[in-house]
Amino acid sequence: MKAIIAGFAAIVIIAVAAGYGLNQMGAPTDEAQSGDDVRLD
Amino acid sequence: MARLLALLVAATLFLAAPVAAQTSGPDRTATGGAQTLEDILARQEGLKVDDAARRADTGDASNAAPFDAQLGTLGGTSDPELWRALRYDTADITVSAGGPVAETLMQSSGMAWLEFREGPLSTYGGWLLLGTLGALVLFYLLRGRIAVDGGLAGRTVIRFQFIERFAHWLLAGSFIVLGLTGLAILFGRTVIVPLFGHEANTVLLTASMAIHNNVAWAFIVSLAMILVMWVWHNIPNRLDLVWFAQMGGIIGSKHPPAKKFNAGQKIIFWSCIVFGSLISATGLSLIFPFEFPLFEQAFALINATGLPGLLGIAPLPEVLTPQAEMQLAQILHAGLAFVLMAIIIAHIYIGSVGMEGASGAMTTGEVDEAWAHQHHSIWLDELKEKEARSDGTATPAE
Repeated sequence: MKAIIAGFAAIVIIAVAAGYGLNQMGAPTDEAQSGDDVRLD
Repeated sequence: MARLLALLVAATLFLAAPVAAQTSGPDRTATGGAQTLEDILARQEGLKVDDAARRADTGDASNAAPFDAQLGTLGGTSDPELWRALRYDTADITVSAGGPVAETLMQSSGMAWLEFREGPLSTYGGWLLLGTLGALVLFYLLRGRIAVDGGLAGRTVIRFQFIERFAHWLLAGSFIVLGLTGLAILFGRTVIVPLFGHEANTVLLTASMAIHNNVAWAFIVSLAMILVMWVWHNIPNRLDLVWFAQMGGIIGSKHPPAKKFNAGQKIIFWSCIVFGSLISATGLSLIFPFEFPLFEQAFALINATGLPGLLGIAPLPEVLTPQAEMQLAQILHAGLAFVLMAIIIAHIYIGSVGMEGASGAMTTGEVDEAWAHQHHSIWLDELKEKEARSDGTATPAE
């Protein structure tokens, strides 16, 4: 069961790190194709 | 599944193919090549119209009237001609911001993409998943749980090491999350909105998109891990033919010999690698929009093989608008994801409720010897041989 918990924990860690990294790069679609004058939410 | 794959290929070709001139189009001599009443009526009925004449009728700068003459200011292009050039994306557009994406002012394949996404892709994809679930329920009712002949031995052997199980669950967990969020993104407007309203759908889709974009990286990492760890065990060999001939023991009472992975597991593995890689590549193209065009190069390669000629179709376009690249990426991404989801649902079934003694392989890492003998007899023999050679002094190795 340790492998399952470790695997799922790694998903969360990788996802959080990726989210931070992508935001720093301005890479996700809503960031890359948007600007201050655009409201997507 | 084969039908969905065929549909995907057809859709890709349909969306990618330029609107080719029809050789048996209506007689347009009366209109000097311009569209006729028949064309207009056909368009209204949603039929395909030969627009080659309109596509080419975008003015001729070499016949431009001089600037000091009447109608000379547009460089020999009338307003209708200019609009046609914009319509078919052949106008020489210069933009101050936005790059090549902004230079495409009208993109008619967007409508075809939207209709395909909300039509056949969602419909056939949804039915594929439901059909797979239904088929498995039926199979379970008919076949029941595949038992270990003679019962479990009560002695276990190590089937997968920690790092293998870790990679498996990294892949499995991320794929399930990606599948669920992907389905929410695809079906949100048609399923969530009527049930829960626009506000709920907005929250769900915003969250789904963020989770999908970020969890994707765990999927890619785990895909690379299983490739490195298991590729040598999944090279096809002659034993696979025996496995197929005996239906893998899933149908019938025979249990074909197998090494670490049998032919059925190899299908799962290569499905993950091939479909997973394509889904990852198209996904990266979507996460970084307009930065990683895939299809121009892919189509050029396909054309170079001469495949379109063999199939009797026109060469695939080697120049695509950035928007068309994204649309093709989305269709291939979602279509292949549906196929892989169906395969993985079957994999989950056989690894859990469908087969006695199978789940331990990926939970504790250990399986019963009787199970191992029944499903992976050669692997078990090799394992025992190794243990005997090491005199049982060390932890059993794979």
